[in-house]
Amino acid sequence: MARMSGVRADAVAKVPNFEEIRTAGAAIRDRVLSNLDAYLFQFEQAAQARGVIVHWAETGTDVNRIVRDIAQQNGVKKIIKSKSMLGEESSLNHYLQEAGLDVRETDLGEYILQISGETPSHIIAPAIHKSKEDVGELFERVHQMPRKHTIPEMCREARMMLRPHFLSADMGISGANFLIAETGSVVIVTNEGNGRMTTTMPRIHVAITGIEKVIPTLEDLSVLLRLLTRSATGQATSNYISMLTGVRGPNDSDGPEQMHVVIVDNHRTELLASDMREALRCIRCGACMNHCPVYEVIGGHTYGWVYPGPIGSVLTPSYVGLEKAGELPNASTLCGACAVVCPVKIPLPDLMRKLREKSFERKLRPASERLSMRLWGYVAARPKLYALATKLGARMLQWMGGEDKLIHKLPGGLKEWTNGRDMPAPSGKTFRELYAEKKAVGK
Amino acid sequence: MSDALRSGGQGNPRDRILERIRAATGKDAKSATQDLEAVQSRLREHPRGPRPPFNWPELVAQFRAQASALQSTVEVVENLADVPAAIAHYLEDLQLDRRAVSWPEFRGLDWRAAGLQVEQRTVRDGDLVGITGAYAGIAETGTLMLLSGPQTPAAMSLLPDTHIAILRTSRIVEGMEEAWNLLRNEHGKPPRAVNFVSGPSRSGDIEMQIVLGVHGPYRVHIVLVTQDAGTPRELINTDWWRQPART
Ligand code: SF4
Repeated sequence: MARMSGVRADAVAKVPNFEEIRTAGAAIRDRVLSNLDAYLFQFEQAAQARGVIVHWAETGTDVNRIVRDIAQQNGVKKIIKSKSMLGEESSLNHYLQEAGLDVRETDLGEYILQISGETPSHIIAPAIHKSKEDVGELFERVHQMPRKHTIPEMCREARMMLRPHFLSADMGISGANFLIAETGSVVIVTNEGNGRMTTTMPRIHVAITGIEKVIPTLEDLSVLLRLLTRSATGQATSNYISMLTGVRGPNDSDGPEQMHVVIVDNHRTELLASDMREALRCIRCGACMNHCPVYEVIGGHTYGWVYPGPIGSVLTPSYVGLEKAGELPNASTLCGACAVVCPVKIPLPDLMRKLREKSFERKLRPASERLSMRLWGYVAARPKLYALATKLGARMLQWMGGEDKLIHKLPGGLKEWTNGRDMPAPSGKTFRELYAEKKAVGK
Repeated sequence: MSDALRSGGQGNPRDRILERIRAATGKDAKSATQDLEAVQSRLREHPRGPRPPFNWPELVAQFRAQASALQSTVEVVENLADVPAAIAHYLEDLQLDRRAVSWPEFRGLDWRAAGLQVEQRTVRDGDLVGITGAYAGIAETGTLMLLSGPQTPAAMSLLPDTHIAILRTSRIVEGMEEAWNLLRNEHGKPPRAVNFVSGPSRSGDIEMQIVLGVHGPYRVHIVLVTQDAGTPRELINTDWWRQPART
């Protein structure tokens, strides 16, 4: 993640009043959260006025059912998807496939994971744990095409494989980065162009989004976009920012005939009612995980659910229950880097501390882990020791992965994190860099 | 609360969610009404937030610099009539196809004289070059702002490998906020799609190496026109795309 944190720092340094914009961004999100009913109401009115069908889903199960019904009522066979975190929350792909629908992920990272049968490890770079060799091998096997060795060739091949699906799909499913109450619009930010394809080519567009995604106005959008893109990838803007408002007009030659927006609660109102409301400010930029020393070592999959990194440690216990994810708030050294980089100033370490207290009160934390986490904290507070420990940790994960590169058990305090799930071993930059170093010293 | 319990509650999902939100934010019927009015007035006023200092000396130069930084290529011509020759040059330099599709507003240009074959029709898969106009340019980031519509279909800037955009320099504004004002003043409401395009499509999904040309265009070329020539009235024909292709 060193590279991703570096580009963010450069991008932020170019904006002398970044701090002022951050404060404004946090205020926009807070304003929405304290008047969420009114903003959602306004969004719904404005969207309906443009012919959008608005659905409300209380749970992930509801999301799946609603989307399946839309598909079945419209004779949909093929669906293309650009990234939707809500879809991940409810395992939508799996559900739709069970219902006999052909579902294709189109974000390059998500596509790689879909054809290899894995789940994302990072919200902005979902396939970050895969090396170029992994992808080359996978494409050769799945696409039945000659082996590609360079990343541009692989991208070209993925484009070629996915283009026919974009053009023949009946329905496109997307997430939404923002909903705009003023105009009833759905805003999607992408770099690859798959978000545009998904919302332009098929005759039906379904956007799935959490209740917290609404923002007031176009001006507020501008403030949040400046924060989002710089924090996510260090770009002053993303390649494509698409603002979608309603269905195609009678004389339009493209655009969907139907547009649906599914607004999802799925435990968000519980978070809103709690002393952890700030977590709902999140604009999913990924900066907190790019700057997290724990994420760097353990990788995204260890967080066990949709959202990895510090924000995942906060959201997952809130969404799936502290009992099931009680150890996550401990997946932190409380070094505070996440709070410093968060563009909407979510006090992530404070929230993790609160969750720790809650799970402690409920005696949910295993004693062994309490000890190992304290140890981790001790080590992390001492930079040299920490550097050594993380290097060892990364190597150990790789070695333990063995042939099939799946880690079944982790040593010591990390063990509980992998119970009940297999974790793909990290094979991205960190390991490869370490490997190169090892070779360099003649080992 | 378990999922099953929730689904079995009173009313419909929408009302239940809104009710839970009101409870979570400490609202009763009266305060909810007052707050709605406050929210509505905020939406009407849409105040601007802080933004980076815009202290560049010249809008067009800033636009060019930023667009180039995001891997768009930019060239400047004086008149709209100079555009075909400029595009012909560009395509020739890169050894690209000399056939293209364009928005109808460029039907009147003499493409043939420049040795190009430019059709005004809907874009199809396999069309290699798409020529569009742009609603505005944003100097802050070197971004094109495109509005969808019968005359300005969104797919033309998306499907072809090469996207060429013709932008009048009079339409370059400082930041997104100015563009929103233009949109509100000239159209009232946003069209179906507003697309902000900043360079060719890209991905960093494999090993964080940035590669250009993933699902959208491999290259974006912007031709800036300094002398404004508006769109001739007779070209505003709402169903141009239904008509047989013309070259
Ligand atoms: S918590 Fe903050 S830093 Fe992390 S993804 Fe959300 S907005 Fe970004």
